[in-house]
Amino acid sequence: MPRLRSNLHFVFLAVAALCPLLDTLLPEQLRFADALRPIFIFALLGLGLNVVTGFTGLLNLGAAGFMAIGGYSYAIATCDIYPFQLGFFGALLMSALTGMTAGILLGLPTLRLRGDYLAIATLGFGEIVQSIIRNLDVITKGTQGINPIPAPILFGYVFQPENYLPWYYLFWSILTVAVVVVSNLERSSVGRRWISVREDELASACMGTDVVRAKMSAFIVGAILCSIAGALWVSYLGSTGEPGNYDFQISIIALCMVIVGGLGSIPGVLLGALVMIGFNSILLTKIAAWINSLSTVSSTNVLASPNNWKYLIFGLALVVMMRFKPEGLLPAGRHYHRRGK
Amino acid sequence: MNDTEVLVQQLITGLCNGMIIALIALGYTLVYGIIELINFAHGDLVMLGAFMALTLVAFFDLNGASSGPAAWVGLASLFVIVPAFCAGVNWLADRLAYRPLRSAPKLSVLVSAIGLSFIFVNLGLFWGGLPLELFGGGNAAAAPKDFPGLIGNTNLLGAGNVQFTYKDLLVVLITLPAMGLLTYWVKFTTMGKAMRAVAQNPTAARLMGINADRVISITFMVGGALGGLASVVYALYNNTIYFQMGYRIGMDAFTAAVLGGIGSLPGAMLGGILIGLVRALTDQYIATMWTNVMVFSILILVIIFRPSGLMGAKVKDKV
Repeated sequence: MPRLRSNLHFVFLAVAALCPLLDTLLPEQLRFADALRPIFIFALLGLGLNVVTGFTGLLNLGAAGFMAIGGYSYAIATCDIYPFQLGFFGALLMSALTGMTAGILLGLPTLRLRGDYLAIATLGFGEIVQSIIRNLDVITKGTQGINPIPAPILFGYVFQPENYLPWYYLFWSILTVAVVVVSNLERSSVGRRWISVREDELASACMGTDVVRAKMSAFIVGAILCSIAGALWVSYLGSTGEPGNYDFQISIIALCMVIVGGLGSIPGVLLGALVMIGFNSILLTKIAAWINSLSTVSSTNVLASPNNWKYLIFGLALVVMMRFKPEGLLPAGRHYHRRGK
Repeated sequence: MNDTEVLVQQLITGLCNGMIIALIALGYTLVYGIIELINFAHGDLVMLGAFMALTLVAFFDLNGASSGPAAWVGLASLFVIVPAFCAGVNWLADRLAYRPLRSAPKLSVLVSAIGLSFIFVNLGLFWGGLPLELFGGGNAAAAPKDFPGLIGNTNLLGAGNVQFTYKDLLVVLITLPAMGLLTYWVKFTTMGKAMRAVAQNPTAARLMGINADRVISITFMVGGALGGLASVVYALYNNTIYFQMGYRIGMDAFTAAVLGGIGSLPGAMLGGILIGLVRALTDQYIATMWTNVMVFSILILVIIFRPSGLMGAKVKDKV
């Protein structure tokens, strides 16, 4: 089954494409398809991080920084208080470009550092981006965030907030394109170089890989994907939200998705996003609604709200996972790299 | 206040905060020195320590007005029970989460530490919901808690504009001896020697008959105890605690440890004091809102240009 296994991400995407159909068969309170939209966006974020951390083995703790840069670029490119007002794809391109620039600026001095130090530099980057966005309120509107972001218009069709289906398939298509691109990159010479750098930097350099350049290309691809995720997030919310929303916790949640799914595994990232974000935005909201409908527990009690248990459960999951299944739920199969299929 | 007085005042504030940061940075540097783990949960351990301290304050019924021997005993017990509690929690964390991963890739251990940090934060939230009067009666678990001002604000420098209060004195009186004791312990005791041996080469240390797991456990406990001590001092100095404070404190302390040279004890102390001073001076002379940018820019610049930090030894990459 190695072929199915290494193409499992396409199975996932196909199932996701059918979910809205399945949704119509379910009773009202169990419907979930509209809540899959943030999962698509976070899967894109995870995909970007997976290129950097999963394929190339560079621990990046600043994914939220790139997401913020992408999101704010998209907002500035579209919102009518700025002079640009580009269309959806133009704004997406602009986010990708600013994200890429940020990736190069961060990568140039830091990619020569070894493991832990690079991780700390990316962490610092994430914090600095967040603070700068908050403080430059002339451009970014500070803590208010930029809003409203106009709804995307594609080929004359205006996306309405009430109807989730067009959004659903828009995000799904972008995610699918990204998955195809990344899985092809993985099998290309660039991808092999990334993986060789991860497995053994010295051996890879001896075989003629320009290690810093390989790392830089991974960093750039990762930065672009994370910024596009940020742009989609902003278009989905209709606002950039508060700069504090792009904090360290987002970076960590993205990292957890990649690790829970299995480092370097594309189907793993998709499953990781489903597990981590789905737990948060589907399961917890459903449980909270159910508990509220019982209304027997006092709502002021901190233990009564399922949302207050979130980080305990995330944390326990991570610790238990590292103890018993550190390679992730869907570990990257090595066999097919070896055979070169 | 004239310019000089403002400067001196900021230097005092920066120095005191810096010494608290240094105490926490020691916990990072000890653990990193021995198992190369960035202990992400350390800042949140300090937060748990502060909540323990507030619980004890409620238990002993202490407040700013209490005096007499009972109050002194209660206050002193904070400095014993909280460090012991933090040492215990850190020991447990090592035993359950880190020890099984000794031979696993470093990334797994780091993720485990991040997981523990999430658990600690969530426990802090629950802890803040305890139905105690000092915690807001259990109705506002997430709200910041006022920590009673047990130490007076009397200015020890007389009637001048520059303030050096009992609180500042407390910071100095707790942190300096703690650092001294730690240095003595690491340099001159058998256990300290064993610790340095394990840090240098765990396999060789084992071959010399050192029980490396025990040494690592004890290192975690010492780091935890220092964090506990710092949490009490922090709470008494700043008079407000909240369940998410661990992240900010942890980042400052971690930056301090890297700045001084991670793995180096004098480096962590120097780094902590420098970070405290940088924070205070940026607050005063640039703007509070740029303080975090300042701290993190220093962090990035240090690791780009001098990854071994100010006092760390240059370590070659192992091939």
